[in-house]
Amino acid sequence: MTVAQPPTTPAPPALELSKVVKSFGAVVALRSGTITLEQGSIHALIGENGAGKSTLVKIIAGLYRRDAGTIKLRGDDVDFHSTAQSKAAGIAVIYQEPTLFPDLSVTENIFMGRQPTNRFGRIDRKAMRAEAEEIFGRLGVSIDPDRITDGLSIADQQIIEIAKAISLDARVLIMDEPTAALSGVEVERLFAVARSLRDEGRALMFISHRFDEVFALCDTVTVMRDGSYIATEPIADTSVDELVRQMVGRDVAELFPKLPAEIGEDVLVVEGLTRPGIFHDISFTVRAGEIVGLAGLVGAGRSEVARAVFGVDPYESGTVTVGGVQLPKGNPRVAMARGLALVPEDRRKQGLVLDESVARNVTLAIRDTLAKGGLLTSRAENAAAAVWASRLEVKTAALDAETGTLSGGNQQKVVLGKWLATEPKVLIVDEPTRGIDVGTKAEVHRLLSELAQRGIAILMISSELPEVLGMADRVLVMREGWLTGEFPRAEATPESVMFAATAEKEDAK
Amino acid sequence: MTATAPAPAPDTRTTRTYQAYATPLWRRVLANREAAIIGLLLVVIAVSIAVVPNFDSPLTVTYLLRDIAPILLIALPMTLIIITEEIDLSVASIVGLSSVMTGILTQAGLPFPVAAIAAILVGTLAGVINGFLVTVVGLPSLAVTIGTLALFRGIAVGLLGTTAITDFPEFWSDLARDNIPGTPIPGIMIPFIVLAIAFAILLHFTPFGRSLYAIGLNKEAAAFSGVAVGRTKFALFVMSGAISGFAGVYFTLLYNNARGDNATGMELQVIAAVLLGGVSIFGGRGALHGVIAGVLLIGTLGSALRLAGVTSDIINVITGVLLVLSVVSASLLAWLRRRRISAIGKKKERELAASSS
Repeated sequence: MTVAQPPTTPAPPALELSKVVKSFGAVVALRSGTITLEQGSIHALIGENGAGKSTLVKIIAGLYRRDAGTIKLRGDDVDFHSTAQSKAAGIAVIYQEPTLFPDLSVTENIFMGRQPTNRFGRIDRKAMRAEAEEIFGRLGVSIDPDRITDGLSIADQQIIEIAKAISLDARVLIMDEPTAALSGVEVERLFAVARSLRDEGRALMFISHRFDEVFALCDTVTVMRDGSYIATEPIADTSVDELVRQMVGRDVAELFPKLPAEIGEDVLVVEGLTRPGIFHDISFTVRAGEIVGLAGLVGAGRSEVARAVFGVDPYESGTVTVGGVQLPKGNPRVAMARGLALVPEDRRKQGLVLDESVARNVTLAIRDTLAKGGLLTSRAENAAAAVWASRLEVKTAALDAETGTLSGGNQQKVVLGKWLATEPKVLIVDEPTRGIDVGTKAEVHRLLSELAQRGIAILMISSELPEVLGMADRVLVMREGWLTGEFPRAEATPESVMFAATAEKEDAK
Repeated sequence: MTATAPAPAPDTRTTRTYQAYATPLWRRVLANREAAIIGLLLVVIAVSIAVVPNFDSPLTVTYLLRDIAPILLIALPMTLIIITEEIDLSVASIVGLSSVMTGILTQAGLPFPVAAIAAILVGTLAGVINGFLVTVVGLPSLAVTIGTLALFRGIAVGLLGTTAITDFPEFWSDLARDNIPGTPIPGIMIPFIVLAIAFAILLHFTPFGRSLYAIGLNKEAAAFSGVAVGRTKFALFVMSGAISGFAGVYFTLLYNNARGDNATGMELQVIAAVLLGGVSIFGGRGALHGVIAGVLLIGTLGSALRLAGVTSDIINVITGVLLVLSVVSASLLAWLRRRRISAIGKKKERELAASSS
């Protein structure tokens, strides 16, 4: 079936994207997506969270349609209206979490929807099984084609997705952070498979946050930042330092108006916090007036720590102390009463009741203190909400507008207002500027700076390195559930933080 | 708009003022589901008085209110439960169980008030069981209360078999049936009105009430705001059990009859009335005055049709159609509203694009 093209044949690029633009309403997710995948080559795509990598991949996969720009497949202009068209054109995308049918066999999953038939029009199981075995043999992996996929490891599921792509004769394979959930041995096996696909002349795109993997596997690397193409270089001509500079390089000072604040006593003290499998032995302090940044990759366990500290998630051992008083486990009410506030990661699911009014959302966390003699009126809620809406300059027609109708930035201001209304001593903000425009971002940063100046202790979780470096007095770094680094402001550089966030544990300690 | 050139943070903060409401008071009061149901109720009453003979007689009013009193009572906690996106299907079985307990204990020689309180406690205990299974064990309330619907009914029928206890102290059964002196309104309306006011305050004017809506609309966000979701729901199921127990005692006295199959099927009448009154089955929406109007509407319509000689099959059909229409109209209105909002959003986007380019 597949005729391997010798890599030496001069061929047009397998896939070429040039100045592709995609925006969602007022938010531009991709300003200028440019990347060229050569046949018989593995190309890395790197960038911070929010750099536009996923949007680019979804456009290639046919999930989104581009607003502008050109996409060329082997030299011909193409425009995908659906994932089916993208697949038919020989493009396969393998996601971090494969989506297989758990109750069907491995073989059935590979041939889902296009099973070969025999001359009676029935499914030809024998042919199907033989081809599955042939593909696994070529990939050099041993997976039983007859077992059901339920219970297979993520790594094996990814191999099945790859096998599916090969049986479709996909010429372009895109792997979106495939190694995030894999162990060392599994990563090695995946790399071996990727190399054998490259040697068959296919084009591969590999998205990863781990520099060691990029250098070990890829031939070329493209860096993106803020939705734009930054640079493409052969892997041999670049270095980790160079890539990090390209990823985060930005005029940090303007976006991050850090004000000097007087740093006082320890307010939040976390000691030995452990939830097996999620985070281990987490100890840190946040002092009054201090902004502590908590950096790390997505999935490092940062949000889980924040939730456990606040009490919405359980933890097995360790202590959380606010202002000298130890908090009971799993009780957000007590945490709130002691002056702890958490602006959660997912504002739509955790931060807000989108179908409720702005006023009800702003006052939800202070509903008990707002009630007089146990009675709570809309008048009291509106008065309190108006104060915080105006202090944060929330743009809304009226206080009874449903919060879901506000823009992302204004929704985030409502969540901030809701928690500032509780007059916290410790404010934990989890990804405070995710998905909001640059202007509002700067406003949020200014607000955090002012709060620190007024003596509030702030723990800021962020996946955006410039935000952490620009705002924090001290930077903590987590990797795979462990605290792997702590840097004072002066020593926190993109290189040092990235290294602690990605390097092997033994190296960091 | 580029990342590198934000405005240098001008600190000229004008304090914005906000209107509390986007629409004038009369629209907020009149243009909603509750007002529509109350309006429909008034129309049905007016038409019935004009067309149906004897509808306006005091006796009709008395019998109507007596008969729907258990539904009115149970609808109060049911409203709160459905607003938190749960449901309690076991209420009618608790009425039956409480009725049987009242009968057995009275027959055993206990003073009636003691028997009644014991029956209410049994109802409360039934609510505790529901609440435990839903909030501590974490099972869906639909499944749990279908199970306890059968369980409580089974116990009730098992305890009394096919017999009925019909001997109750005259003082108490008269009390249950007597009208408020000088009016055609039965005395049971006094505890109902007290409870209705208490529930209305609880739902609409307390922090607890606010947390119920938050749970119904977004459990996770409620938990992140310090709402004890489990404990709140537990309390609601206990309330529902206690009030169903009380309704069981009333039911027994009203019909002078303690039987295992008392009030069979009443849970559906209660839920139908609550939904008709504008409470969303998906949680987070609804008001108590709408629910009370919903119960009265179903009751009045049934009573008027019966007086007009319509058979009960046809009455059921009419009630059913009304309920389906009310649910469909709610979805239709929500869909229209979403369309309008998204149209406004799109217009804003276009304006934004036009002004920024």
